[in-house]
Amino acid sequence: MALKQTTSRRVGMTAAAWLAAFLIFFPILWMFLTSFKSEADAYAIPPKFLFFHWTTENYAEVQSRADYFLHAYNSIVLSVGANVAGLILAIPAAWSMAFAPSKRTKDLLMWMLSTKMMPASGVFMAVYFLFLQAHLLDSRWGVGFLLMMTNLPILVWMLYTYFKEIPVDILEAARMDGASLANEIIYVLTPMSVPGIASTMLLSVILSWNEAFWTLNLTNVNAAPLTNMIASFSSPEGDFWALLSAASVLAIAPILILGWFSQKQLVRGLTFGAVK
Amino acid sequence: MGSIELKSVRKAFGSVNVINNVDLKVEDGEFTVFVGPSGCGKSTLLRLIAGLEDVTSGQILIDGKDATNIGPAKRGLSMVFQSYALYPHMSVRGNIAFALKMANQPKDVIEQKVKKAAGILNLTDYLDRKPRQLSGGQRQRVAIGRAIVREPKAFLFDEPLSNLDAALRVQMRLEIGDLHHSLKTTMIYVTHDQVEAMTMADKIVVLNKGTVAQIGSPLELYNKPNGLFVASFIGSPTMNLVTGPSAAKRGAATIGVRPEHVDLSTTSGEWPARVRLAEHLGSDTFVHVEADDIGPMTIRLEGEAVNAPGQRVFVTPQEARIHRFDKEGHRINP
Repeated sequence: MALKQTTSRRVGMTAAAWLAAFLIFFPILWMFLTSFKSEADAYAIPPKFLFFHWTTENYAEVQSRADYFLHAYNSIVLSVGANVAGLILAIPAAWSMAFAPSKRTKDLLMWMLSTKMMPASGVFMAVYFLFLQAHLLDSRWGVGFLLMMTNLPILVWMLYTYFKEIPVDILEAARMDGASLANEIIYVLTPMSVPGIASTMLLSVILSWNEAFWTLNLTNVNAAPLTNMIASFSSPEGDFWALLSAASVLAIAPILILGWFSQKQLVRGLTFGAVK
Repeated sequence: MGSIELKSVRKAFGSVNVINNVDLKVEDGEFTVFVGPSGCGKSTLLRLIAGLEDVTSGQILIDGKDATNIGPAKRGLSMVFQSYALYPHMSVRGNIAFALKMANQPKDVIEQKVKKAAGILNLTDYLDRKPRQLSGGQRQRVAIGRAIVREPKAFLFDEPLSNLDAALRVQMRLEIGDLHHSLKTTMIYVTHDQVEAMTMADKIVVLNKGTVAQIGSPLELYNKPNGLFVASFIGSPTMNLVTGPSAAKRGAATIGVRPEHVDLSTTSGEWPARVRLAEHLGSDTFVHVEADDIGPMTIRLEGEAVNAPGQRVFVTPQEARIHRFDKEGHRINP
């Protein structure tokens, strides 16, 4: 398909791309701007876009009312830890499903997917009492384990589809070269699927990062991640938009930075296999 | 040492029998070719020997020891795949060294063996390249290099040349032949190309629908095919087969005569025919004729022949070169 590349078309396409990107980015930009406004400016009608009195007092207020670094630390430990542990289980699982399937592999995959269809509140009581009995409430190990379990189906599914793209000949060549099963996975399969593993990991880290239901219900202070911190800034005394925006900017900052650095891997991973 | 023996090996996928009771012995140092039409089970048979597939029943012996239940990593065999199956994330050096690394050999030994293999295969200048930066022929050499460094009991080749163009295929065929002469290691080579089979093999195993049709040297198969299947599979262009009175006269249900063993005359002969087309190859001419009451036949004439389409001719088989087959398609020996 050879569309003619005229200058006017290129300018038009570029402008449209920037417009689309701006529209998608606008809510984040607005939140970022609001976090530097006073509460009065945040409520002003008509809205003030750039010309207002810039202040960092919201950020100071957030830090004085909550331990940002503790919650950020918890968020990182929970989402990254849960996913590293999840990958250690999911890579061999996806290997066996992709390269040594049995008659029940399809059913097993569908069953794993079906667990994602059940509302979390459906098992909440059972999980809560289990955690209570096991003294796991407000512990990083407990909620981390739970996050790993909730993300495991997605990890296995995504890795399974990436692994399916890898020619089985190459794994068989490794076997002929005398590689044990573990060496085949460590030296051949995993390095070949780095883009797939990276995008799986990023998606799953974001899901864990955004997880609020379980963390709000199972943690309190010690193991509470950033989602809990944001929640604590809403409701009680009415809405403070500027303060809430500052808390939200702080909450998404680490994940934005992670996304920025891994976007190349992510794009490659999401389009993996499209072009041979 | 590297003899391989199959004892009534059977392989079924579900209810489909792909390999049926194959008995076969490959002697140490022999170059054996499995040949047959697609779907005859030749690649499956090779994968059974490699251990990449499990046999349904039967036994596989390597060097006289039962290897039926040993995994592919422990059989001590090397395999060259049709797709090359190089590790795309490793350099040529990494690819060739992988098996040695898996065998926990010391670094200096690995380096030395990789250098030696690269020297044999003209890959010395490419050791730091990735497979995607190599041409098809070079990738093929890396795949072979990967196979030779581990000094296997036997090499298994699974249609290794089918992705190469014709000229390169002839060259690689010679290189593999040279390699066999210098290493003197057992080689089993799978191909659907009977020219490759004829030119490379010490011994050819012709497979048909999962069973062994015939085992023999290239010339044995050419001169004494044991049945219609082998007769028409080996040889190019294929053997002319004639049924009816001409066969009955010679005490057979079917007679066969190769295109190079037929005489063409414009004046007299056994089978009157009409020329359809003459293919001029320079060294040879293939004359395709439509024989009356018999059907299409091919005649191979040396050098240049002047036969125009539509011309009336007479075709006569060389009596001593006629192969006779009975009703079941088995060879009738004189």
